[in-house]
Amino acid sequence: MTILKTRKLTKSFGGVRAVDHVDLSFEGGKVTALVGPNGSGKTTLINTITGIVPVDGGEIVIGSESFRCIRSSDIATYGITRTFQNSRLIQQMSVLDNLLLVLTKRNVFGALFERHEAHHLDKAEAALRRVGLWEKRNEQTENLSYGQRKLLEIARATLMRADIYFFDEPFAGLFPEMVKIVSMTLGELRAGGAAIVLVEHDMALVRELADHCYVLDSGKVIAEGTPEHVLKQENVVEAYLGK
Amino acid sequence: MEYLIHIAIIVSLYAAGAMSLNLIVGETGLVSVAHAAFVGIGGYAVALLLTVAHVPFVVAILVAVLISGIVAFFIGATFLRLREVYYVLGTVGFNVIVLSIFLNWSSLTKGPLGIAGIPRPEIFGAQLSTNISFLVLALIFVLCVYFCSSFITRSSLGRALHAIREDEAVAEVFGYSTVHYKLFVFTTASMLAGAAGALYASYISYISPYGYAVTESIFVLAIIILGGLGSARGAILGAALLVILPELLRFVGFPPEIAAQLRLGSYGLVLVLFMLYRPQGIWGTFKI
Repeated sequence: MTILKTRKLTKSFGGVRAVDHVDLSFEGGKVTALVGPNGSGKTTLINTITGIVPVDGGEIVIGSESFRCIRSSDIATYGITRTFQNSRLIQQMSVLDNLLLVLTKRNVFGALFERHEAHHLDKAEAALRRVGLWEKRNEQTENLSYGQRKLLEIARATLMRADIYFFDEPFAGLFPEMVKIVSMTLGELRAGGAAIVLVEHDMALVRELADHCYVLDSGKVIAEGTPEHVLKQENVVEAYLGK
Repeated sequence: MEYLIHIAIIVSLYAAGAMSLNLIVGETGLVSVAHAAFVGIGGYAVALLLTVAHVPFVVAILVAVLISGIVAFFIGATFLRLREVYYVLGTVGFNVIVLSIFLNWSSLTKGPLGIAGIPRPEIFGAQLSTNISFLVLALIFVLCVYFCSSFITRSSLGRALHAIREDEAVAEVFGYSTVHYKLFVFTTASMLAGAAGALYASYISYISPYGYAVTESIFVLAIIILGGLGSARGAILGAALLVILPELLRFVGFPPEIAAQLRLGSYGLVLVLFMLYRPQGIWGTFKI
């Protein structure tokens, strides 16, 4: 089942068209990889879908609803969540509080009269244990290593219980043990029926994890299909390695 | 002894004002240079209600708080959508506008002459005419503001404010409508500032526009930066230090005009040194 589609999505920065009339479709229970050389528009594409940058043209379709753009504060409501290429955690907050942030109430007056409860802690504990960070729960996030921050960001995303997850280079700079944890987490989310969108440069991981693959170059989709099929195409190899 | 009680009252009222500003600056990360304007709105409202309308003190202070809140709500709704430096400049501009209204709307505010003869509080029949009785009221007020601040920061709302303080875009991605949060804090803190201003006017029994200039907003900002951003206790400590420090200069033997200049210079120096060497202040939890 299609969770989210884009139709002719377009975004320019000055004279540079970073996303150029892009049509994509993300299916539930599948991992879709977005690959392409640096500057091909992968992160900009995610940023437009998740409301971090405004869309210039085209539309985003979720279920039967079509949107010109979605405000970032509304994406959670539409079952969308994400991680960032460079981890964006709340640094001057404990590891546990970073997770409680996404477990507690969002409306102002509901949040004012709410203190976190046992059921919030149980969910946070399960998420932290899954990524091996439970022992670090009281640490300030700024004291975590690069890899631990990546894992914490992934744990935070999983707690959103979204329909579609955008993971922007979740494996970059991770040790093999951490790569296993992230792969396992992605597998669990896929098994739960969520759509996983994976931006990744490691083609071995793309082949291992992705069911479908889009290749972007200069903001355009230049190829799509299964990883095995797509990554052999001449124009894809050329986009990565040059003529 | 009367002098010490007077200093304690001034420290208490500044501490309450600083704790309220800490909610905006320290907890939410919004630098506001308009706090003196809200203190002034509370002060003028209570002065006019007590000297012209002759309403009971409790009613006057409640109305003063309400007026501060309404003004803050509309100002916040306008400015809080702006990003960083534009928002800060907006708050400076608002403070200047309020000061100019106090100065020029002479038929209401008596312009540069200010309003004299503001009566001391009378609460449920008890006249707080002595300084010691007013000190009790001021300390109760400080406790109320401290409790209010702690209630906010210990709630899920407080956690959301800290997220907004560090990375507003991320807070939005995870479902927080950050404008609503900022508006709530700005309005609540301005109401508390209005209450502090109302008590100050009633204590001093005279107010003039010059007490609500941008420099006064910067002074309250210096208090929370010195005491420590994100800490209500730090705000109290900062108020005590920055109110008492210039008083000590009186006893060192400087002529009054030089002591006054040193007072202003010392606030500036405190801001510069703390920004350079200890951005989290003495008791702070948050580094800018």
